[in-house]
Amino acid sequence: MTVAAPLLDLVAIALFILGLHFLNAPPTARFGNRLAAFGMFIALVVVLIQTLGVAWWAIAIGIIIGGTIGIFAAIRVKMTAMPQMVALYNGAGGGAAALISCVEYVVFLRGGGATMDPVVSVSLVLSMIIGSVSFAGSIIAFLKLQELMTGRPVTYPGQQFVNAIVALAIAALGIWFVASGGTLAVWGFVLLLVAALALGVMFVLPIGGADMPVVISLLNSFTGLAVAIAGFEINSELLVICGALVGASGTILTVAMSKAMNRSLANVLFSAFGSAGGGEPAAAGSGGPQNVRSVSADDVAVMLAYASKVMFVPGYGMAVAQAQHSVKALADQLEKRGVKVLYAIHPVAGRMPGHMNVLLAEANVPYEQLLDLDAANAELPTTDVALVIGANDVTNPAARNVASSPIYGMPIIDVDKAGNVIVLKRSMRSGFAGIDNPLYELPNTAMLFGDAKASVDALTAAVKAL
Amino acid sequence: MTDVTHLLGLLTILVLAIFVGFEVISKVPTTLHTPLMSATNAIHGIVVAGAIVATVSLFNTGANSLGVTILAIAAVTLGAINVFGGFAVTERMLQMFRRREGGK
Repeated sequence: MTVAAPLLDLVAIALFILGLHFLNAPPTARFGNRLAAFGMFIALVVVLIQTLGVAWWAIAIGIIIGGTIGIFAAIRVKMTAMPQMVALYNGAGGGAAALISCVEYVVFLRGGGATMDPVVSVSLVLSMIIGSVSFAGSIIAFLKLQELMTGRPVTYPGQQFVNAIVALAIAALGIWFVASGGTLAVWGFVLLLVAALALGVMFVLPIGGADMPVVISLLNSFTGLAVAIAGFEINSELLVICGALVGASGTILTVAMSKAMNRSLANVLFSAFGSAGGGEPAAAGSGGPQNVRSVSADDVAVMLAYASKVMFVPGYGMAVAQAQHSVKALADQLEKRGVKVLYAIHPVAGRMPGHMNVLLAEANVPYEQLLDLDAANAELPTTDVALVIGANDVTNPAARNVASSPIYGMPIIDVDKAGNVIVLKRSMRSGFAGIDNPLYELPNTAMLFGDAKASVDALTAAVKAL
Repeated sequence: MTDVTHLLGLLTILVLAIFVGFEVISKVPTTLHTPLMSATNAIHGIVVAGAIVATVSLFNTGANSLGVTILAIAAVTLGAINVFGGFAVTERMLQMFRRREGGK
């Protein structure tokens, strides 16, 4: 087994990387996922055979409980709830890494060794800190996304100062732990653990619901990092490599999401954007009632039915109204009449990267019709009607041409370049950023007021009746 | 148990794996970013292997008091949630991605 185990681990690693590679296109993605799952199967069989017998019941209890919870949750979760699900998975990975550190610490204490190897002590303390921050932060992200607590930023005076103090305390305790060779008093270790958990809670609290795509991606990369460092702690190449792959993935997604909002990561984490009664953003949009044109569903139905190309622009409002199946039904009616239907998906249209694509895929929308930002903007000048459903800020032309706007520079879907723009909206309330949208006052824009799902259903009925 | 050569070996592996990760994952289209994320959730579930190793060394040193054993079992449980839940939910999402011809 001495040579066989590392070789089989290598096979598992190759399968993970190939699996991720095949995720680069929808037709091969399922194969990729299965390759990675097969790699995981090999890796786990190897570790189970190597440790056969010792503490088998404890390991069995963990795997059975965890496996049951995992599969049950995977089957039951609604696609709209996928962001909070992934938040919990991130938290579970971080929590496991932190717990491994705790167990290894106890093993060291009882093992009777004089001082801890510096590599072990550094990695032990780092993976515990990062894992705990990821665990606690993910729980808060979950509570916000599940609306078990307010999705608004939670702020109080001196918040950044308190966070900084806690972060400094963690750094000091961590350095003390390493310097003492792991012989720091037990209360010091427990204090370190509690402080890291507290930091996780406090760093997510001031971040608003609409910034969750960034937070989830960031926590994903934290968890990867914690797992990679845990690999140093228990001397496992497998953990180092898997952690590095996940860390890279989380980092790529974090950067992509920040770019899509045209904000730096620091700004997302520390600015409490969109807070209640918000300062600057709200002040920017105080123009009073805008002059907009309202239309009826029947008028819009005629416009859509006789168009040659229609672009749907869904936002989170569509998902909240559970309107994706209604949208697909409307698309089917239009396609029956020979209208070309496309969907423009902004990177932050959902609550996590790629969320909107999954919601539309669930409603049976073929993935060829789902266009990313650049592809959609290339199609819009030749589009007859752009139908904006529950999206606001991501269509705001002020991002392009009003330098004083808080969202200036954010990449947007240029719906104003389409022949006609129909905005489905509940009321004239401003969007998440609390700013007016000049799109609504353009001559080629008309508003269809009402609940997104009811409006889309009305459009479908009207198109059918034509 | 770790000498400098061994540490450098692990660091080399870490850095190379990060590069491979960036290379492979930057080619994943935005459409698949949610399944990518749940798949990477499953892959970092490999932490369950670490939890198993830690549990075994806990029992081997005879430090397995009830409290710490519960922590060890919790670590295995959390890792297993990631492995099983991550792959299952990714599979569930990916089967929804259809071509035009495939849809009803």
